[in-house]
Amino acid sequence: MYRIRLFAVRHARGFEWIYTRFEAVMVALDPVFSRLGYNRVERPVAVVERALKGLLFDCRMCGQCVLSSTGMSCPMNCPKQLRNGPCGGVRDGGFCEVRPAMRCVWVEGWDGASRMRGGDRIREVLPPVDRSLEGSSAWLRASREKATALRAARDAARTSMAEAFAEARDIEPASAPLAEEPSSAVNRGDQP
Amino acid sequence: MSAPYTDPDTIHSYEEPPEGFVAGSKLERTLRAGHFAVTAELNPPDSADPADVFAAAEPLADVSDAINATDASGANCHMSSIGICALLTRAGHGTVYQISCRDRNRIAIQGDVLGAPAMGVKNVLCLTGDGVGVGDQPGAKPVFDLDSVSLLRMIRTMRDDGMFLSGRRITRPPRLFLGAAENPCIEPYEWRPDRLAKKVEAGAEFIQTNYIYDLPRFEAFMARVRDLGLHERVFILAGVGPLASPRAARWMRANVPGIHIPDPVIDRLEKADKPGEEGTRICIELMQRIRDIRGVAGVHVMAYRREHLVSEIVQRSGVRAQAPPVSR
Repeated sequence: MYRIRLFAVRHARGFEWIYTRFEAVMVALDPVFSRLGYNRVERPVAVVERALKGLLFDCRMCGQCVLSSTGMSCPMNCPKQLRNGPCGGVRDGGFCEVRPAMRCVWVEGWDGASRMRGGDRIREVLPPVDRSLEGSSAWLRASREKATALRAARDAARTSMAEAFAEARDIEPASAPLAEEPSSAVNRGDQP
Repeated sequence: MSAPYTDPDTIHSYEEPPEGFVAGSKLERTLRAGHFAVTAELNPPDSADPADVFAAAEPLADVSDAINATDASGANCHMSSIGICALLTRAGHGTVYQISCRDRNRIAIQGDVLGAPAMGVKNVLCLTGDGVGVGDQPGAKPVFDLDSVSLLRMIRTMRDDGMFLSGRRITRPPRLFLGAAENPCIEPYEWRPDRLAKKVEAGAEFIQTNYIYDLPRFEAFMARVRDLGLHERVFILAGVGPLASPRAARWMRANVPGIHIPDPVIDRLEKADKPGEEGTRICIELMQRIRDIRGVAGVHVMAYRREHLVSEIVQRSGVRAQAPPVSR
């Protein structure tokens, strides 16, 4: 809803706070999603996401949510779907070139960003939308991505060991394994 | 001049830019030498006749470093920018190939970004484009697969990393001087310089602004641009143009997106005996005053349907005459 969307931008800082916490929860749930299978949770999560973000931000389910970098103003509501706006056609008073009755999504966005702690993210150059992801859950995509990055950081320790002893690894791969270990195979020292 | 493109022995030669240049176009050379640059916008013909293109370029060629060929500006159909640029570069003119994101997706644009330089184009202007609703075919599908900023980054990646967006390698990357637009005189005023910074970050090397008729507002914009140090990272060409009459000015203000003309300018046209001449005088005065603003590297003359005046305007303004290199 247009009015709620404007409200969300005016309260961008509060929504930013909620979003940061919510993301941490989603990342923490990665093992659960992994066990259930991301494929299986995709549909139900996408339904909830569409309903909630549709109400709050007029979300179009592009699948690549960047609200935190656009002042909590959804860029898919821009008739030109700019990811790096505003364009040069903004009307007097900050209204849209294409839909004169609507506030410019990006005038709102820069305003919202100025209220946010991490508002400077709006200065980053955003890539074009991958249209093949339309309709899918951006929440799951973001949490999966963060969880993968965390795993990659854990993997880095193994990689450096493998690189330091590359010759030994060539003849004895198990001496410095690169593959991720299942938790059942690792003795963390806190077990008897 | 047409030999390199028709002689079968040289048809595969692609001119690499000299050291220190990204493209080596006349526009890039002028700007990097610190000289005040002039670019001019060509009114594209509604015709398939090359003679019409050369006729339209004739009044602009001698007084400009490059001629801009618009890409269906205002969402109105005309001869394509790439067609015009191909013709003009063969005749030895510098051109700015304009790309709007409104009509083509990333696949089409990346293809043209190889095709245009193959035909001699060395400057490109990356635009988002006006909405289709203001044009002559409002029922067209608006594409907007990219925006001007992601378009800049895409072409820079093609040029500097020799890659398509997919990561596939380009065997001979396009050598293009990258441009973008900015509109300093419309809202949100306080964020316009920050958006300019994004364009520079994305790859813009020169900027052509929309029409500047509101000098105080442009000066405020430039002050902030200097504070951000952007004038040292990008060449800024201020957009100017002669207004034909108060009626034309009002019509433009009401119907063309992104045009801001303050009332005092229209009043001045209204009170003049010969509004056309007054419009030319206003344009010349603006050019002279813009030239003195620190950080401005040139002007971009958009004399829609008044192209015949461009040569006179540039000469009378004296912006190019034995000017010392502009301090940036």
